[in-house]
Amino acid sequence: MLESILLTIATAATPLLLAAIGELVVERSGVLNLGVEGMMLMGAVIGFGAALSTGNPWIGVFAAIVAGMLFSMLFAVLALSLATNQVATGLSLTLLGVGLSGMIGEAFVGQPGVKMAAIYIPGLTDLPFGRLFFGQDPLFYISLLLTAGVAWFLFRTRAGLTLRSVGDSHSSAHALGIKVIPIRYAAVAFGGACAGLAGAQMSLVYTSQWIENMTAGRGWIALALVVFASWRPGRVLLGAYLFGAITILQLHVQAMSVNEIAQWTGPFAFVPEIGRWLLGALKAVPTQFLSALPYLATVIVLVIISRNRRLTLINTPASLGRPFVPDR
Amino acid sequence: MRIELIKRPQHSKLFAALSPFIAFGLTVIAGSILFLFLGKSPTAGLYAYFIAPLTEVWSLHELAIKAAPLILIGVGLSVCYLSNNWNIGAEGQFVIGAVFGAMLPILVPSIQQSPVALPVMLVMGALGGALYAAIPAFLKARFNTNEILTSLMLVYVAQLILDWLVRGPWRDPAAMNFPQAPRFTGYAVLPELMPMSGRANLGIVFALVAAMLVWVLVNRMLKGFEVRVIGMSPRAGKFAGFSATKMIFFAFLLSGALAGLAGVSEISGAIGRLQPSISPGYGFAAIIVAFLGRLNPLGIVAAGLVLALTYLGGEAAQISIGVSDKVARAFQGMLLFFVLACDTFIHYRIRFASGRAGGQANA
Repeated sequence: MLESILLTIATAATPLLLAAIGELVVERSGVLNLGVEGMMLMGAVIGFGAALSTGNPWIGVFAAIVAGMLFSMLFAVLALSLATNQVATGLSLTLLGVGLSGMIGEAFVGQPGVKMAAIYIPGLTDLPFGRLFFGQDPLFYISLLLTAGVAWFLFRTRAGLTLRSVGDSHSSAHALGIKVIPIRYAAVAFGGACAGLAGAQMSLVYTSQWIENMTAGRGWIALALVVFASWRPGRVLLGAYLFGAITILQLHVQAMSVNEIAQWTGPFAFVPEIGRWLLGALKAVPTQFLSALPYLATVIVLVIISRNRRLTLINTPASLGRPFVPDR
Repeated sequence: MRIELIKRPQHSKLFAALSPFIAFGLTVIAGSILFLFLGKSPTAGLYAYFIAPLTEVWSLHELAIKAAPLILIGVGLSVCYLSNNWNIGAEGQFVIGAVFGAMLPILVPSIQQSPVALPVMLVMGALGGALYAAIPAFLKARFNTNEILTSLMLVYVAQLILDWLVRGPWRDPAAMNFPQAPRFTGYAVLPELMPMSGRANLGIVFALVAAMLVWVLVNRMLKGFEVRVIGMSPRAGKFAGFSATKMIFFAFLLSGALAGLAGVSEISGAIGRLQPSISPGYGFAAIIVAFLGRLNPLGIVAAGLVLALTYLGGEAAQISIGVSDKVARAFQGMLLFFVLACDTFIHYRIRFASGRAGGQANA
């Protein structure tokens, strides 16, 4: 029971982690792309369609990455080459993504999709908790490798240092001869690829079907995670699993029967009354309030993080969201 | 090839006036390509979207019904965006406005026989929207929390609250387990303007009045000057003695109240009752309206009509040429994209340089 809960938490956390780690790189380069939700939806629908028509989930994953990347380039041309307001441009990318994905995906609604199989290593997967470490879908491992890779790249390589310098002061970087705009293009493309991959995880692993607007705000939660993590990859990992846990626990409580709740609250029921009270309280909460938990948690977490104004100031990339027009 | 931006010495008045039209033209071109991809005739598609709804009186009424919430929300958002407050949760404020407005007639049904019902509902609706917008405003003012993310998260919460109410405590017992609240009657119904020819109701009047009042506020009053100074440079605003904190509340409460008013007008007029889904994304489409109208209330009235046309055209095209009504959402997204791109030309000239000049290619 515990293992299966942990497994579902990992599956719920992976899209958040993928999307957030991509956006982290984008924001570290000084660009705020609010289009994550739209890019995820495009990745989800294109990935689903490609996997469905070829029967191969890996082609779906590849198509989703390309779709996310191409879609992010729409944002890049406007926000980077034409120096438009990044907030408004990111929003329009999300609105466009919601519209386009709904249109493209109309033919896929209700169709059984292709599910990406979990890996199986004889011996290891059969160990206790082996499925957790050696028996998940490949995207789970990719998300962890990607997080480690981004942490290494940003803080252990020269290129990463350059990217961070562009995000902290684009004018100084430009004066040093660093090519600000191309670096930001690359960062936005990486963010788009990650968001596309996150979308593919939703439509090929998490549900293996296409539902309109299926990301249900996860792109926005990923944006909040980057703030929560104060732009650090390790903390993004922590945050993604925290939110994965909240999502899954509220789903479990919604689905549980009274007997199951009794089983779970059992250890806490030192006094029978407390156990009965807990049981009644959990069942009395309308399901809609449980569904609202991830969104409310996002607000609360953001408040807690941003309360400390100095800490936020130190960590925020100083050029975040400011358009850059080189003067010659 | 590289794109180089060259700052204009002064912003171009020509492009400031033309950019929404160029953007609309580009959207039409992109739309034609989209129709070709869908295997439909572009002329038939564009006719169904942008001309057909204007040819009949009843559909002009529908246009007014759809434009009303878009304009109401859009003018409120324009004040927010001018003052650099990014309220993108108008959809949630719309929903909570509807919930607050519906509270009285649902809990005290007898009030619907009294003429005070409607004014009370409208005030309650505006109050509900303003209160809901006060949450991200307070969090931004007090804790410096990013208002974009909080206001958006609260949209999902608002929709769940509405869902709970109409499936739970406010469900109409006579509705055969259908998740909907009782239909409004008597004085709780928003009056129609010309019942003989169509359904258009007072909502569009509210929208036009709100647009005029906000225009006066922004262009003819000190408060409007304050909005713009703080929006352009919070530092300059500080030196002028304007409070950025008060401005956060002003912008959010105003836009929230207008979104709430739009919400209660929608359920008391066009829909007639509270139900699980009461908006086809008006709160988000209004963001496009605000930008297409160049954040100017009078421009927003025109932009609201254009966006309302895409909603109507979407429904019409589904019937007449068999394309999904989802295409309308794609159209709306493209429109905002092109508007933002065209706005660049107001402040910059564009030069295409060959790749060698800067030593790199960046497209």
